[in-house]
Amino acid sequence: MSEDQSFMLDGRRVPFQDGQTVMTAALAAGIYIPHLCFNPEFAPHGSCRVCLVKVNGRVQAACATPAASGQIVQNETGELREIRRGILQMLFVEGNHVCPACEKSGACQLQAVAYYVGMLAPHYTHFYPRRPVDASHPEAVIDFNRCILCELCVRASRDVDGKNIFAVQGRGIQAHLVVNTTSGKLGATDFSLADKAAQVCPTGAILTKHRGYEIPIGQRLYDRKPISVVGDVATVAESKGGRRHE
Amino acid sequence: MSEPKVKIATCSLAGCFGCHMSLLDLDERLFDLAERVELDRSPLTDIKELSDCDLGLIEGGVCNAENVHVLMEFRARCKILVAIGACALNGGVPAMRNQFDLKDCLEESYLRGIGLVNPQIPNDPEIPLLLDQVHPLHEVVKIDYFLPGCPPSADAIWTFVNQLLSDQPLALPYTQIHYD
Repeated sequence: MSEDQSFMLDGRRVPFQDGQTVMTAALAAGIYIPHLCFNPEFAPHGSCRVCLVKVNGRVQAACATPAASGQIVQNETGELREIRRGILQMLFVEGNHVCPACEKSGACQLQAVAYYVGMLAPHYTHFYPRRPVDASHPEAVIDFNRCILCELCVRASRDVDGKNIFAVQGRGIQAHLVVNTTSGKLGATDFSLADKAAQVCPTGAILTKHRGYEIPIGQRLYDRKPISVVGDVATVAESKGGRRHE
Repeated sequence: MSEPKVKIATCSLAGCFGCHMSLLDLDERLFDLAERVELDRSPLTDIKELSDCDLGLIEGGVCNAENVHVLMEFRARCKILVAIGACALNGGVPAMRNQFDLKDCLEESYLRGIGLVNPQIPNDPEIPLLLDQVHPLHEVVKIDYFLPGCPPSADAIWTFVNQLLSDQPLALPYTQIHYD
């Protein structure tokens, strides 16, 4: 194919290759488009809607929109920032995100994207759903209060680990993460910390046991620099405060 | 003639006073602030009756009947009302009790707690009745501004108060926006 395929993103020419989406082409060009359920290692999911951009005047998810020559894409506009902020606020009130009481605070992608879009307060009425915490596994704990249904653990476990440990069950507001065992407990699975599924959670929903606060609050991944500079928690090495195994 | 001072009231509802400690962390900047503001009702002045104020700063969420009463009084008396800190914004740690029925919380604390002598659930008319859930301020009254943090740093409070008092647009630098 021709090598000069490109689209315009906020006035900047972004080249792309066949098969790339607006998101992956932007990422390759070093342009940050806020996102949560997108991870370059997996097929797009398009569920969180945080990566909404305007393509030729239409609002679309950057992660699921194929790049095409001549597209005019808007990313950093006040209008999109406001939509993204609204989505973040809805994600926050739908679960129980008590940042001061969460081990992942400061190295949490949900929080970091919320900082990035300038979310000061949740604005909406809190659901305060009652969700369980599953500590049955010897090495990991799942706090369902913090799950945002990005399905990254589902995809990682199914597509990379070949274990198919997680699934999302129910529809609409009833949708929730489940563990594929009769008891529904993580302890009954062969889940391991070495799994890809243990390295992709953008929030504090999947946590490693027996470790905590190794990096003090204030010195964590997103405490000093925004996610647009630091990168996703799944792409940053564990030793640098991210989730990726070296 | 010096300009009239801005009248500020503060209070802590279902909070830990951490946000007030952060306010005190302004250290020598407090002298600067004292030139420009006058404290009305506040835990720092121990004035009990709220008068008409320019600015109200509230820490903590709403967990009992008295919190509701105080919050509504602040709303009625303060021209600008600000929710400060995680608990005021989203209920924070106290709202973790929303995972349980109030009855279970009370029984766990006062009937089944370890080492209790003569266990009973407090029922004195002087004690404000608990709400069934803890709520953030904006679910009860209109809030004009929000300042996140647990607590917000003294720098964040300083930036915020300065911008507000000088009628500048509110814009916190990245390092001053935190939820923890």
